[in-house]
Amino acid sequence: MAAIQQPAPANAAAAPRVEIFRTEHLRKSFRTPDGAELLVLDDVNMHLLEGEILVLLGRSGSGKSTLLRMLAGLVPKSGGVALHRGQPINGPVPGLAMVFQSFALLPWLTVLQNVELGLEALKVPPAERRARAIAAIDLIGLDGFESAYPRELSGGMRQRVGFARALVINPDVLLMDEPFSALDVLTAETMRTDLLDLWTERKIPTRGILLVSHNIEEAVLMADRIIILGSNPGRIINEMRIHLPHPRNRESQEFRDLVEVIYGAMTARPGGRDAARRQVPGIGLRLPSLSVNALAGLLEELDALEKNTANTRISLPELAEDMRFSVDDLFPLIEGAELLGFAQVEDGDIMLLPAGRTFVDGSLQERKQIFARHLLDRVPLVARIRSVLDERFNHRAPDSRFLTELEDHLSEDEARRVLDTAIDWGRYAEIYAYDDNAEVFSLDNPQAEA
Amino acid sequence: MALNFRPPPLPVPNRRDLIALPLIIALFFIVAHAGREMAVPFHLGQTLDISLSPAVLPEYGLYTVLRMLAALAVSFVFTLGYAWLAAHNRYAERILIPALDVLQSVPILGYLSITVTGFMALFPGSLAGVQLAVIFAVFTSQAWNMTFSLYQSLKTVPRDLQEAATLYRLNAWQRFWKVELPFAMPGLLWNTMMSMSGGWFFVVASEAITVSNQTVMVPGIGSYIATAIAQKDLPAIGWAIVAMIVIILLYDTLLFRPIVAWADKFKFEMTAAGDAPRSAVLDFLRRTRVLRLLAVIPSLLWQASVRLTPRVPLRAAAPASRRRWADGVFYAIVAVFAVWALARLLQVLPRDFGWPMVGHVILLGLITGFKVFVLVALSALVWVPVGVWIGLRPRWAQKVQPLAQFLAAFPANLLFPLFVVAIVHWHLNVDVWTAPLMILGSMWYILFSVVGAASAIPTDMREAAQNLGLRGWLLWKRLYLPGIFPGFVTGAITASGGAWNASIVAEVVSWGDKTLVATGLGAYISQTTAQGKTAQIALGVGVMSLLVILTNRLFWHRLYDLAQRRVRLD
Repeated sequence: MAAIQQPAPANAAAAPRVEIFRTEHLRKSFRTPDGAELLVLDDVNMHLLEGEILVLLGRSGSGKSTLLRMLAGLVPKSGGVALHRGQPINGPVPGLAMVFQSFALLPWLTVLQNVELGLEALKVPPAERRARAIAAIDLIGLDGFESAYPRELSGGMRQRVGFARALVINPDVLLMDEPFSALDVLTAETMRTDLLDLWTERKIPTRGILLVSHNIEEAVLMADRIIILGSNPGRIINEMRIHLPHPRNRESQEFRDLVEVIYGAMTARPGGRDAARRQVPGIGLRLPSLSVNALAGLLEELDALEKNTANTRISLPELAEDMRFSVDDLFPLIEGAELLGFAQVEDGDIMLLPAGRTFVDGSLQERKQIFARHLLDRVPLVARIRSVLDERFNHRAPDSRFLTELEDHLSEDEARRVLDTAIDWGRYAEIYAYDDNAEVFSLDNPQAEA
Repeated sequence: MALNFRPPPLPVPNRRDLIALPLIIALFFIVAHAGREMAVPFHLGQTLDISLSPAVLPEYGLYTVLRMLAALAVSFVFTLGYAWLAAHNRYAERILIPALDVLQSVPILGYLSITVTGFMALFPGSLAGVQLAVIFAVFTSQAWNMTFSLYQSLKTVPRDLQEAATLYRLNAWQRFWKVELPFAMPGLLWNTMMSMSGGWFFVVASEAITVSNQTVMVPGIGSYIATAIAQKDLPAIGWAIVAMIVIILLYDTLLFRPIVAWADKFKFEMTAAGDAPRSAVLDFLRRTRVLRLLAVIPSLLWQASVRLTPRVPLRAAAPASRRRWADGVFYAIVAVFAVWALARLLQVLPRDFGWPMVGHVILLGLITGFKVFVLVALSALVWVPVGVWIGLRPRWAQKVQPLAQFLAAFPANLLFPLFVVAIVHWHLNVDVWTAPLMILGSMWYILFSVVGAASAIPTDMREAAQNLGLRGWLLWKRLYLPGIFPGFVTGAITASGGAWNASIVAEVVSWGDKTLVATGLGAYISQTTAQGKTAQIALGVGVMSLLVILTNRLFWHRLYDLAQRRVRLD
């Protein structure tokens, strides 16, 4: 794996800055209903310094939101150390304000009442409460909407209320859980810039910002430092500083280079013990939730780009832009294409493999055949289902038989999800049939040549 | 490419068939036997022998269940016809829907009081008339909200589905069965389930009633209880309670759960939701081989029906001018009829009883209304905090929700004797201590809805409140109470309706030869029914319906609208 960790600048080291958060070997696991322990965050060592914007970047399932909630004291940790200004975190930490992806406004309160809520909890006298709330509403650009209910506002305006509600208590740290991802592109960009203005011009007394995101460009636009979290279980796989001065230009070469580097880091095959785990894909291999049509779309797109640019290596940001996809949508596709041996990723570039090209060029029937062959070769779960069906004299098996087997390796939900993907893929490849009502696999339609 | 499924070979019965087939065949025999027994000769004044031996309970339970099933079938047919007509004919709609609103405000046992003599006259010398009266009473407890639900779904069939149906030229018959009914299915089933849980109360209450100073009974759990009360047999009451618990659980497992699991495919969502309802019984039946062939019958019937119904003629809608003219005629006829009915009523009322009597009955109604209101408020005070506490803990909510549902279904009138024994024993105030009986069966709806609403409060909102440091009363005032308000209102409406209905059996209760009578409209209806005073029954039922409509219009519906307006986010 290419090391992209850049050394901290010398001037920062000269005056040691105060740490707001610090975690050591932080762990989080949930207990599934059948009693199994499911690890979502493992061995997280990180810190947040005064005066910086730290972005936690990761795909869904990387536990980044859980990490944020643990720091906020909303979710108890399962192990390790979590400190806020040197004090252990047990329970909601005062002086932290959180902004939610879903805004989390109370629909039965007006804008003003929503903003006053935190002050009310602090038992601030009503007159002062009102004055401070109105000041916060003005600061965030909501004047005139004080008496409106959240349902009357657009998404962007609602999130402004969310920010006003967070900022009115003069928080020490601002915690943000994907605050812009429920907004349309233009609104999100305006809000990012507005927030950066407030921050860089020191209009708010907040000492640090922790932002959770899955959007690479957003991270590069806003962060002083980025921590990249890997999935299953979530753990820190990389960390880097961003030295670009504000305001940052998305079109500049440095910006684009950084985005590419991060793409590479996020798709890099994790080394060490994880690589070992990946090499033995047993029946519990986590199949990405991905339809065959989407996969075919990806391969066709790769083929087209290859022909247009006469370049077999296509950079992931370029691909994402071309397909108008966010990272979250793109990664399962890439994972599926790699898993089935249709494409390969190296250093943030993706290329079509020969099998992928055959698939793209094939007729519908040929596609099904090559898909079936790769599926049986590379996905142990599909191969297992087929062989069980072949062995049984009536060629039928209930899905619970495979579900229980999967649950030895995966959580209940995850097992269901993986099996559903296997059902979908296997049906397309005509390796087996499935009756959703009876939840039974069968060979009633044995068209595929296994 | 077409999938070439091979034609299915004639199936070999599997293990499950060997279990299921004999059970199904036995079921046919049992139903046939029970059907014969239900129409045995009977003359008014003759007392039916009700045995109090626990051994007869399975048979009595079977009769009760069959009455429920019969009522359910009638309700279903009624619902399909009534709702379809109301949804598709604008003139019918303007009469049927307000009529439905009135019909559902009439106390269920009021229907029984009014109709039982008529039904008995229909089948002289047979028990069939009484059976039908009981079935009719249960029908009236189920049909109205099922009809409302279906009507509302039919009116909200998505436009694109309708357009697709028109484009493919489905006729009204095909459209109903293939588009409209499947779309309405989840709502209809939910309402059917709610109706069923109310139904147990009324089937038990109506199996033994006193009409014209004669006790009329049909064999069933209700008459078993009534006999046990008359003979002061406490152990028998215990047996009846046990039998009822078993019956409701069996009914749920064998009938409702499979239907709900089967109907899950009608959910109008393209994305597969996480937790689909499951039923072991349905899975079992689906995995049988021979039995599954039965599933062919409906599809054959369907194909035959399609061949019989005409194809859609191509025609345009009636021009607006003709419509306006037809509207005028329609309203004129309705107005003339309304005026005539009102005039008749004013003529008839003073003839049978003076205005002072009407005033007295209204006063009784207000007393019962006051009791209902206080009872709902008291149960809210208890069950709202409990419901919120449970709803915020998913593991608890999962366990409590079915329990609350079961408690709501359990006919509370089986428990009345226990209260009466206590009241008699300690010489308690009858007016105060019989009041809780009214809400005993329906307060669970409050718990049930509050738990549901509390668990639906978004996690983000709870985390935001926690992050802002909301605690204690502020947290309840700002988050929990507003959050559960719509759920609470829904539950309270059901609870209050249930309490009104229950007042007819709860205000007059007895134990052996001791009869306790509380002051209220329920007692009035109950006593006039026993004495066979038809005009007074009608007056009592009329006043009660009026009060129910008024409280619904003036209080509950406004609260409901407020809840919908304030708590809605988008």
